[in-house]
Amino acid sequence: MRLNLLSEFEPILLANIHREHSHTLRVYEEQGGYRSLKRVLADQPREAFRDLIKGSALRGRGGAGFPCGLKWTFLPENHPGPVYFCLNADESEPGTFNNRILMEEDPHQVLEGLILSCYATKASTAYIYLRYEYPLAYKRLQSAIDELYAAGYLGDAVCGSEFSLNIYLHRGAAAYICGEETGLIESLEGRRAWPRIKPPFPAVEGAFRKPTVVNNVETAACVKQIADRGVDWFRSLGTPPDPNNPRDPGSFGPKLYCLSGHVEKPGCYEAPLGITVSELINDFGGGVWKGRKAKAAVPGGISMGLLTADELDCKLDFSGPGKYGCLGLGTAAVVVLDETVSIVDFLHNTCRFFAHESCGQCTPCREGTSWSLKMLDRIRAGQGRLLDLDLLLEIGDFIGIMPGTTICGLADGAAWPIKNAIRKFRDEFEQYIKRTNPTGYMETSPPLALELHSIH
Amino acid sequence: MAIVLINGQEVEIGDDERLNGIQVAARVGVEVPHYCWHPGLSVVASCRMCLVETGKRDADSGEISMLPKLVPGCQTPARDGTVFVTDSEKVRQARAMVEEDLLIRHPVDCPICDKAGECHLQDYHFEHGRSERRADIKPFHSRRRELGDTVALFVDRCVMCTRCVRFTREVSGDAELMVVHRGAHEEIDVFPGFPLENKLSGNVVDLCPVGALGDLDFLYSQRVWFMKQHASVCAGCSTGCSIQVEENQDRIHRLKPRENPHINQWWMCDEGRYGWKYVHDNARCLAPRQKIEGVLQPLDWSDAPAALHAALTGEAGENSNSKNSPPKNSNSKKRRLAAVLSPFLTVEEAYLLATYIRQYDENAVLALGRIPQAGADESFPNGFTIRAEKCPNRRGVEMLLSALTGDVLSWESFLEQAAETPFDAVWISGGYPPADGNDAASKEEESLAPELLAGLASSTLIVQDLFASALWRQADIQLPGAAFVERSGSFVNAGNRLQSFEWAIRPPAGVMTEGQLYWRLLDRDGLYNARRVLEDVAREHIAFAAATSEIPATGVDLLLNQLV
Repeated sequence: MRLNLLSEFEPILLANIHREHSHTLRVYEEQGGYRSLKRVLADQPREAFRDLIKGSALRGRGGAGFPCGLKWTFLPENHPGPVYFCLNADESEPGTFNNRILMEEDPHQVLEGLILSCYATKASTAYIYLRYEYPLAYKRLQSAIDELYAAGYLGDAVCGSEFSLNIYLHRGAAAYICGEETGLIESLEGRRAWPRIKPPFPAVEGAFRKPTVVNNVETAACVKQIADRGVDWFRSLGTPPDPNNPRDPGSFGPKLYCLSGHVEKPGCYEAPLGITVSELINDFGGGVWKGRKAKAAVPGGISMGLLTADELDCKLDFSGPGKYGCLGLGTAAVVVLDETVSIVDFLHNTCRFFAHESCGQCTPCREGTSWSLKMLDRIRAGQGRLLDLDLLLEIGDFIGIMPGTTICGLADGAAWPIKNAIRKFRDEFEQYIKRTNPTGYMETSPPLALELHSIH
Repeated sequence: MAIVLINGQEVEIGDDERLNGIQVAARVGVEVPHYCWHPGLSVVASCRMCLVETGKRDADSGEISMLPKLVPGCQTPARDGTVFVTDSEKVRQARAMVEEDLLIRHPVDCPICDKAGECHLQDYHFEHGRSERRADIKPFHSRRRELGDTVALFVDRCVMCTRCVRFTREVSGDAELMVVHRGAHEEIDVFPGFPLENKLSGNVVDLCPVGALGDLDFLYSQRVWFMKQHASVCAGCSTGCSIQVEENQDRIHRLKPRENPHINQWWMCDEGRYGWKYVHDNARCLAPRQKIEGVLQPLDWSDAPAALHAALTGEAGENSNSKNSPPKNSNSKKRRLAAVLSPFLTVEEAYLLATYIRQYDENAVLALGRIPQAGADESFPNGFTIRAEKCPNRRGVEMLLSALTGDVLSWESFLEQAAETPFDAVWISGGYPPADGNDAASKEEESLAPELLAGLASSTLIVQDLFASALWRQADIQLPGAAFVERSGSFVNAGNRLQSFEWAIRPPAGVMTEGQLYWRLLDRDGLYNARRVLEDVAREHIAFAAATSEIPATGVDLLLNQLV
């Protein structure tokens, strides 16, 4: 049944991307674009539209899966304004490129969702915080915004209504931490992207100390689709709430899955939330490449951790990867590692990424990420000790929001690959250390450090 | 009344008090270690040393529910029913881990670090750290670079608490300091060409919890454990910052601000911080001298009372050795006397000098000494002010003068008065530091120009001061005076706050402090006791009534409960 559904599933979010000039306003309007916007602005009070989104149980597509409508209701009632809306387009999670495809190939879908979201949240200014490394997305978004101003969809009196909106495209300077919502706001304000301590949450005090909503690009696209097709359609896709978990709001709607790594056909695929990793690999990706077997897979960007080959029936919805000891669905970016990959190398690369991207504000993350990198450097240089694995696990368990030792979630993302890799592949680590350091693997005295790994 | 639980112990806090976990714990003597938090700066909660467990006690059932994760104490407000646990195994392990993290890339060059002995990293490591290092060892010593003329940065000793960065943004307002690079490569730095050069720059050294910021003036001059600390008051300007004088064997090595919410909060300016050098200047006047037949002759302190008595009564010196007390019978001609009370005198010393002079002439003219001025008052974003009035006790002397004479006679008016009707004898007290900073050679100020002093030419002149001046050279009796750190007594600052302090160092050989001299001249028993004098002042003069009881360390507001 699953397979039938998958093969029959008609892409919604990606429906337009293969059309010629799909990024232009003309093509977008030909496909019915901005009709919903006009209808909502004309007929639907903003509260009603907000409740519609809340009723759809749309969860943020950025990584944490926080219910979007609920986030909007956190804005203070009757605030004199201004309220700001930030569209988080700083897509930096390794393995993730769904926002990029939306912005490059169908920017108007994103912008329509953004305008609708701003309407619902009374925001009169919106910022799109765009990742520096997306020059084409920058060009297309900017020309799309220009088209909208020219056509009267932006500026004063959007589509002749009383609602006015200005959208600014802000290009980041290539830092992973700018994807964290308060880091993004700090960076937007012109400061160092050090995430803020919460509370106050951005909905109360965000950009320029005013109430601010930060949503992901794909979330905005979903808002547009819900406005088009309604809540019932949206809730017909995906996984219903777990009856045994009262805190699970369910995972509804279509999702863009980014599949990369060792598969035959990597790419961005759209499917309802809740397909399994093996379905994604086999039905969409054409299986593991070169006829090899999968050794492990990352469920949603490397910060989410690691699934072993036995765990590939993990459902890719907001609660699925958590059941297998991963951090969560994240960005639903699946990276497949085939049987030739060394998990030691995988973890080393992961640690190097997080040591590089740690903003350096909180001690446990700043030092923990660079310490674990140094240990992995040493292990790979043939000087590892078995003790290092316990230390790595201790670091992994100590850093992050979950144990409460950091301000933002970057450290959780750094910790999960360490914890998953070592707990799930401990044998491989131990054999590697014993093989490469046959005389010293049992040493317990503090080792001499190697030359500092240059990460700049 | 809100009740907070600290490790099971109930603490009451006021309803309008906004305290965090660290502050509430401190109320019951529980120290929560911390680096980045400082009461005078914004909260960043980034060092994570103050991690504690927290929870809530239900008001009705009394049941306590704890949060599963650790929270930073600095960021967690204490409200009614808030529970803090600071000594659990989980908290201890978190502290050990943070300490371990901070030492991974720390050079541990304590033997050559100026901060050793007062370093939080050392103290906390001793108390909360692990006994054995688990991270890789890489011996090195810290890179050093100068941030400005006052502060050196030892780059690798830094724990990135960013207190100094926030200070320059929030308190001094110049924002010279910043964080460069990212992650474990982060460093504090200044932008090229824009050094740290604000007038509060020295405070970043006090703020630094480790040895990363070194005061170039103090660097390597003394190990901190050799120094003794004395609470004192800065005499640099009429703000009167509460300070701590740190000295070893009567030699000052540094001044540091002392917390006083009413005056300087936690800060002091560089002018005051480095403005003590004249105390140890070789050019200081060190011996009393007396002009005999136009030639200055050394005067022994034991002969000084007789000489002063003779000068004030106009009797010949040799007659006075029998009796130094003022004349009781009025068969000698009434003499016209005057005393100039310097704004560097403490309230007690000014009072004693006035009392002494008035024994000889109950109508003696009392005037306020000259007020050194420089520039204009300068305020900083958080309210800290450097005053243009470069003396500590103008208000105190003024209040005393208006209590004694009903009026305040300024130095300029006094000179005019002297020019019209010369006095028989004038006592001019001093204590002025050299005019331009620490250069003792040039103290000729416009207010001491010869034509102005002409009116004093015919008087018997008694001058007491730190450095030679036109006035000093004109004197018939020269008495070397004490510097502010050598005095005991009270200063009243520009905001009418009276602060008492004790001497921090002894004056150089040959100098007798004003207080001790006046005490002896008034034939009081024993050694000069400033507190007893202040009690007299408070009893006799309503303006000083607030100083009747013990003066707290942060001083007392003299206008408290007064109708002004």
